[in-house]
Amino acid sequence: MERRIEVNRNWCKGCRICVAFCPKNVLELDRKGTVVAARPGDCIWCGDCEIRCPDLAITIVREAAS
Amino acid sequence: MAVTDYLRRRFMPHIWCPGCGHGIVLNSLLRAIEKLELEKNDIVMISGIGCSARIQGYVDFHTMHTLHGRALAFATGIKMAWPLLKVIVPMGDGDALAIGGNHFIHAARRNIDVTAIIMNNSIYGMTGGQHSPLTPCGDQATTAPYGTVDSPFDVVRLASAAGASFIARTTTYHAREMTRLLAAAIEHRGFSVVEVLSQCPTYYGRKNDAGDAVAMMEGFRDGTVRIDRKTAETSDGDPGRLDGEAAGTPIGLFRREERPEYCEAYRRRVVEPAMAAGRGESETP
Repeated sequence: MERRIEVNRNWCKGCRICVAFCPKNVLELDRKGTVVAARPGDCIWCGDCEIRCPDLAITIVREAAS
Repeated sequence: MAVTDYLRRRFMPHIWCPGCGHGIVLNSLLRAIEKLELEKNDIVMISGIGCSARIQGYVDFHTMHTLHGRALAFATGIKMAWPLLKVIVPMGDGDALAIGGNHFIHAARRNIDVTAIIMNNSIYGMTGGQHSPLTPCGDQATTAPYGTVDSPFDVVRLASAAGASFIARTTTYHAREMTRLLAAAIEHRGFSVVEVLSQCPTYYGRKNDAGDAVAMMEGFRDGTVRIDRKTAETSDGDPGRLDGEAAGTPIGLFRREERPEYCEAYRRRVVEPAMAAGRGESETP
């Protein structure tokens, strides 16, 4: 199973909800105020960012490894 | 189907302010619908006016943007005409309980199979931050520069007294629980009410020094007490009050009961006897 954090940069409004509630401090805002997965190696794939994003800008993509 | 496949992507990003809780309601609602594996064409979403009402513009179901406070009246007509549709009515606190207060209690009384979502951000956001019937007493609003004088409604108790057969309250912080409750509410046969405490950082937050969206959601996390169904109805039968009165707003599922659903009851009591009378099978309808 391959997993990655996908951010739709056109939809993100930089509200910081995902950054604040990430239990592993994976996310941060870049200089444009858009969220980026700065430390994806620390992600435990809990999905808390995905379900609380008011802009539906974050998706945890889960793909079966080919 | 991916959650975003239920969106009308061409209208995104949505108009709501950064950090607006209404987006989280949209997010949770789409996850509930995905969980239930509903077809887009089986759902109709009907809204009134306000920030909350804009939600129906972003979902790729049958949708209708109607009059302020009257979404439940339109929903009643649509459900009666086509009872197989899943009818979802998102409303704001003012839309549902000020302008639409009468529609709300009567829809609850009839127990028509409609899912009412009350997105309670304690204020009228779209029109500039006026106080609503759910603004807590003493809080600031554009129309209450000295703080509100009026006491707010308690949606759970109001819905309970009016006769809703499914009643729940949750918050945008509790997004997983919101998804679960919305799915249960949509599946419930009868009038279901889900109140979601939602943050308006732009007006309510700013006027009441509540901080940004994150701080307001932390307030929902710290200021609420989870109930389970066993404790929901207390010894004196008052839903919404906890025995031992723990500090905080009670959240969770307060009521889920079976009562005759309105479309079904109408068919049995009126339509079938009337049809039989028309065929000459009965003297009186």
